[in-house]
Amino acid sequence: MKEKPWKPWLLLSPSLTAVFLLLVVPVCFVVVYSFWLRAPSGQDIPAFQMGNYAKFFADFFYPSILLDTLRVALETVILCLIMGYVPAYFFYRTESRLKPYLMLLVMLPFWISFIIRTLSWINILGDSGLINHLLMEAGFISSPIGLLYNEGAVIMGLLQYLLPFMILNIYVSLDGIDKSLTEAAKSLGCTEWQAFREVTLPLSLPGVSAGCLLVFVLTCGTYLPPMILGGPGNDMIANLIFKRVIGTLDWPFGSAISTILLTLLVIIVYTYNRYMGINQIFKTLSKG
Amino acid sequence: MAQDKNPAFVRFKNIEKRFGKVTAVAQMDLDIPEGALVTLLGPSGCGKTTLLRMLAGLETPTSGDIYIKDKRINDTPVHRRNLGMIFQNYALFPHKTIFDNVAFGLKYRGFSRDEMTTRVEKALETVRLPGVADRMPSQLSGGQQQRIALARAIVIEPDVLLMDEPLSALDENLREDMRREIDNLQQVLGVTTIFVTHDQREALSMSDKVVVMKDGIVQQEGDPEEVYNNSANHFVADFLGHSNFIDARVEAKENGYLTVSLAGGSSVRVNPAGPFAPGDRAEIVIRAQKMTLGFREDLSREPEMNYFTGKIVDRSYMGGEVSYFVELPTGKVLHVINFVKRSPYRRGDEVFIQVDPYHCRLLGD
Repeated sequence: MKEKPWKPWLLLSPSLTAVFLLLVVPVCFVVVYSFWLRAPSGQDIPAFQMGNYAKFFADFFYPSILLDTLRVALETVILCLIMGYVPAYFFYRTESRLKPYLMLLVMLPFWISFIIRTLSWINILGDSGLINHLLMEAGFISSPIGLLYNEGAVIMGLLQYLLPFMILNIYVSLDGIDKSLTEAAKSLGCTEWQAFREVTLPLSLPGVSAGCLLVFVLTCGTYLPPMILGGPGNDMIANLIFKRVIGTLDWPFGSAISTILLTLLVIIVYTYNRYMGINQIFKTLSKG
Repeated sequence: MAQDKNPAFVRFKNIEKRFGKVTAVAQMDLDIPEGALVTLLGPSGCGKTTLLRMLAGLETPTSGDIYIKDKRINDTPVHRRNLGMIFQNYALFPHKTIFDNVAFGLKYRGFSRDEMTTRVEKALETVRLPGVADRMPSQLSGGQQQRIALARAIVIEPDVLLMDEPLSALDENLREDMRREIDNLQQVLGVTTIFVTHDQREALSMSDKVVVMKDGIVQQEGDPEEVYNNSANHFVADFLGHSNFIDARVEAKENGYLTVSLAGGSSVRVNPAGPFAPGDRAEIVIRAQKMTLGFREDLSREPEMNYFTGKIVDRSYMGGEVSYFVELPTGKVLHVINFVKRSPYRRGDEVFIQVDPYHCRLLGD
């Protein structure tokens, strides 16, 4: 059999072309733009200078938003992990005939526009929203409490957006675990909980790891929940970019912030994969 | 209820398991003597695995009781039953080294590190795989993985060793080796073993006792020779080995044997499996290996024997022996397996079949 080494590339070529034209090229544009100069008249002047980066690090204002973003992303990851593992584990263990329908419920939010889903939280958390209304009706409070326009609301919005990603990632990993492993562990003397800790949990880590990474990266790049549900102080880095590019039309500075975020994420993802990423976990599993 | 003297090491008493409307095991009584290797044999869905899993504690019986050493264990959780379980797909922990796999049960029994090391090494030697303790399961072959699973199960010195089709994932030659190995190991250790299989050769070659099951009901239990030679019913005779079934009508008794008439008017002498009266409708079972072929022109009748004549319509050569299909004048086709002496018979050869009446078992309907 004669191997034709170019054949796999031929099959990959449509997606590679799309990725190159629609992702790599625009990102290159952004990087190039970040070195340009913005004239006071509002004109973008081609240049190669670090002024935009210097402006970002000039005082603590912009970096603090970046740090806030990372903090919120980390909090979202942890909450998603806790709230995602339980349903994923339920789907793995259940023998119910309703399982496909219950799994459909996890996918259901994807059918509704992200903006609509985010806006709907206003009706729940707002001053005249569901929760405040119920609490006032019940007489627990006399005036509405501020549930909206704070970081809690933002994280709530992020959770409802990202939880399905976490659940599905963990579920796929759990689903690949042979159930007789748990039975073997129990027959050797483990209680249900010990068997989970010894077998199921470690073997589900690839999915946990992938889910965490996905949620983290998606949180870092999202701007809708802070924009709709957050207050003035809850801007995340993507809101900053949005405001620079769409608001003040300052493309060079927006590009510089984008480039900083991109670089930071590449470093984080690389480090993460290096030490606790999917590859690492699989390597540990097979120790080959 | 444990007052009655109980020679059985493991006892299933009136055990029943239903999954919804499906009855997997129906009101079964089964005793398993200490130190024996007992196989539960039957086609898939016969309830053999369910029975094993109920003993292991992985399924809860719908009704009935299970005893080990006269102690009712229905309410004992899996992890306190002290049973060694071996799974079809080995079920080694992929993220743990061989040492940690084998030592797993010892860890939960509170052994010290030194004691664990000694016992694991001994177990690995018992399964003839010393020196693999530091490897990961994925670095071992299927046969080796199953041996590690065996080591993991025996190292805890279980009361009963439970094996759920442990050989079915292995390829043919390896299966044969593993079968002998498990057999030897079981005899050396003397541990009571329950072995679930759908492979009759496994069951016949290694068991002290075979339990043939179908539809959640025990069809026959006994030592391998008994169930093979004196199959209790059509199902057992059909499931074990290659059997021929011929409808017959009982004619007369004759010193231990019966004379029966067949379709087409001929009559043969048969060995009855139970009481029969003249006129009864019954079925003769003849094993394919118990019949001998000869060229029809060489036929010289011995009065003690039964004879059929026919023509070979098909054959398949299997190396040591040949499988022949012989069509009788009535149109009935008999399956005969003979060793090849010189050259095998060919399709179209006119042959006679000789069979001892002892091997013509007469079964009731």
